[in-house]
Amino acid sequence: MNKELRRKKRYQAEKRFQVYGIIAISLALFFVGLLVFKVFSEGTSAFSRTMIKVPITFNAEKLGITNINDNDEVENADYYTLVYEQFVKNYPYSNDEEEKQIIKLLSPDYEFEAKNYFLQNRNQLNKTVTLLFTASDDFDQLHKGNFPRDIPEERRRLSNYQLNIYDQFLKEGKIEKIFNNYLFSKGDSRDPELAGFGGAILGSLFTILICLLISFPIALSAAVYLEEFAPKNKLTDLIEININNLAAVPSIVFGLLGLGVLLNVFELPRSTALVGGITLSLMTLPRIIIPARASLKAVPPSIREGALAVGASKVQTVFHHVVPLAMPGTLSGTIIGLAQALGETAPLLLIGMVAFVVELPGSPMDPSASLPVQVYLWSESAERGFVEKTSATIMMLLGFLIVMNSLAVYARQKFEKKWN
Amino acid sequence: MKKLNIILSVAAALVITTYASARDQIKIVGSSTVYPYATVVAEKFGKSGKFKTPVIESTGTGGGMKLFCAGVGTNHPDITNASRAIKSKEKALCEKNGVKDIVEIVVGNDGISFAHSVKAKDANFTKEQLWRALAHDVDVNGKLVANPYKKWSDIDKSLPNKAIKIMVPPPTSGTRDAWNSLVMGKGCSKAAKDAFKAAGKKAKKACAKLREDGLAIEAGENDTLIVNKLSADPDMFGLFGYSYLIANKDKIKATAVNGVKPSLKGIQDYSYPIARPLFFYVKKAHIGVVPGIHEYLKEFTANKTMGPKGYLTDIGLVPLSSDKYKTTRTSALKLTTIKAN
Repeated sequence: MNKELRRKKRYQAEKRFQVYGIIAISLALFFVGLLVFKVFSEGTSAFSRTMIKVPITFNAEKLGITNINDNDEVENADYYTLVYEQFVKNYPYSNDEEEKQIIKLLSPDYEFEAKNYFLQNRNQLNKTVTLLFTASDDFDQLHKGNFPRDIPEERRRLSNYQLNIYDQFLKEGKIEKIFNNYLFSKGDSRDPELAGFGGAILGSLFTILICLLISFPIALSAAVYLEEFAPKNKLTDLIEININNLAAVPSIVFGLLGLGVLLNVFELPRSTALVGGITLSLMTLPRIIIPARASLKAVPPSIREGALAVGASKVQTVFHHVVPLAMPGTLSGTIIGLAQALGETAPLLLIGMVAFVVELPGSPMDPSASLPVQVYLWSESAERGFVEKTSATIMMLLGFLIVMNSLAVYARQKFEKKWN
Repeated sequence: MKKLNIILSVAAALVITTYASARDQIKIVGSSTVYPYATVVAEKFGKSGKFKTPVIESTGTGGGMKLFCAGVGTNHPDITNASRAIKSKEKALCEKNGVKDIVEIVVGNDGISFAHSVKAKDANFTKEQLWRALAHDVDVNGKLVANPYKKWSDIDKSLPNKAIKIMVPPPTSGTRDAWNSLVMGKGCSKAAKDAFKAAGKKAKKACAKLREDGLAIEAGENDTLIVNKLSADPDMFGLFGYSYLIANKDKIKATAVNGVKPSLKGIQDYSYPIARPLFFYVKKAHIGVVPGIHEYLKEFTANKTMGPKGYLTDIGLVPLSSDKYKTTRTSALKLTTIKAN
């Protein structure tokens, strides 16, 4: 084989390798793009809510209010019948079945929506105002174009009669799309149009806070002791190996630990962010210790020697000089560890954080869901409206992760000292 | 270091305070089939404003019973949903752990639908055909063999010439329990039962054993996933509660079993052959300790909830017949406990 040919072959090999690399990267990008596209195309519609405009007269007699200043009376007035009667008037019906079909176009929360408006606008008694009521899930999905109309009636969620009402309402301009604030302010609900991930966000925040409070100080002390004070012997080597192994233990194992120890032995309350946070902190510990040790190691010995030379004690050296310099690396490690904990579902399933929780949690001791678990719960629900809600929750979760990861990058780049 | 101490002590304080906190919120666990109904009732109950909304966890009937029977006290759930009646083994477990007085509430009826994609042709199966399609061992010419059927037409010439593909719920699910007793048990041929007995096995258990050659696909508790799989593959069948059929009728349809398709009336009078009652069980010792339990029972058993025109029927619950409803309502009002073993 002559030289020329061999060189050509080597060049070809290099070219081939580059092509493989480009193919691998574009494949990876393609799949990420596909995922993001699917999530966004399904999820964006969840950020709007379909409303129906209905003129409502707050008739004192119908409400049963005799004295507008009597809070008890205003609170307990019959808003249900008031809205019901005035809403079904919007379209002609000939029997009970059709009447039922009309009222089903409204979300079951209409009485509370009317009540909340009236409580703030008491001067509207006996006056007529046009209110926006949340439309039912089926109506909402129809308006967003997620329900096919051209299939036989018995297989549709909405009857021909209801479709006619929709068409007429649309023509009369009674349908409006608004920003879905419920999505952020409400907890779970069985009516997709009333469900929100507000409870899940709070649950996630509490969980992460508990996780941070527990894992960060312990991990930092462990890392400082192991790196700066502990003697190097077989025992500390063994501990080091175990910490590294612990970081690779599947998260579900920590869930079992949480179930067995925290719930069964310590009898902490099930389904709470407290237990979730403690369980996740066990998982996060080694993931903080490792980067913390690495950044302590990266602080040059001259810093320590300088401090010791001017008479500082070992503890002063470590806490006044070494730890502050190692902080950027430790912090970014912590944030990435927490971001992983935020996206974790498996351990939370075992400690019961998969519950249906309507009320927003007020403290880590209240039962709550978390964002990834909310994705899991909604993906299981039968109602069609939860499909877009699931994707919207994934978008929210991705947003949180991106923010946390950029924080980590920022912490590293802004505060890190270069030693050259 | 001072900061660290403060943080640590705050964390410790958080842990300690939980020991003292009593629960003011009903906790419910159990069946994923009853879950959709229970959550709707819980939400309405919470909106009525007097009590907090109960927290409901879907653990499957078996898992719920285990948690429910683990003991008395606010760390244990107050109510467990079940898609079958409590077993005597579970009663014994409850008894052992001090859960003595249990109130049983029959919620309504559910029909298990054997369903497939709307794109597929309508089908009708007998219970025996379904058993033959799913069982681990079947009888062929009087002999017990490992299930040889790969296509529906292998079982019976009149059935379509298509591969058998069935998604089944996991063993922890109450739907599976009910399916085992109503289809696998009743559809099991006499020849096979005799052969099982002759081999010294329990016929009931042996009949219900599913084939393990990959044609019966065990799915998770995620019924929505099954619906999506079915709509993607017209040859595939799946089984789940009636409410999923109602909610997804543009994607899937039910097959007839013994010539009967699932319908509200058919499930209520059990003329549809795979119908079953749904339950929940209440720990009587918790009533008065955790606020709102008795009121929740009243809300659940009210006529506007589970009656013939109640709001649960809108999402697929099949209401009880009127005499059964009266019994349930009475036991909810009077808190009648079930008998121990």
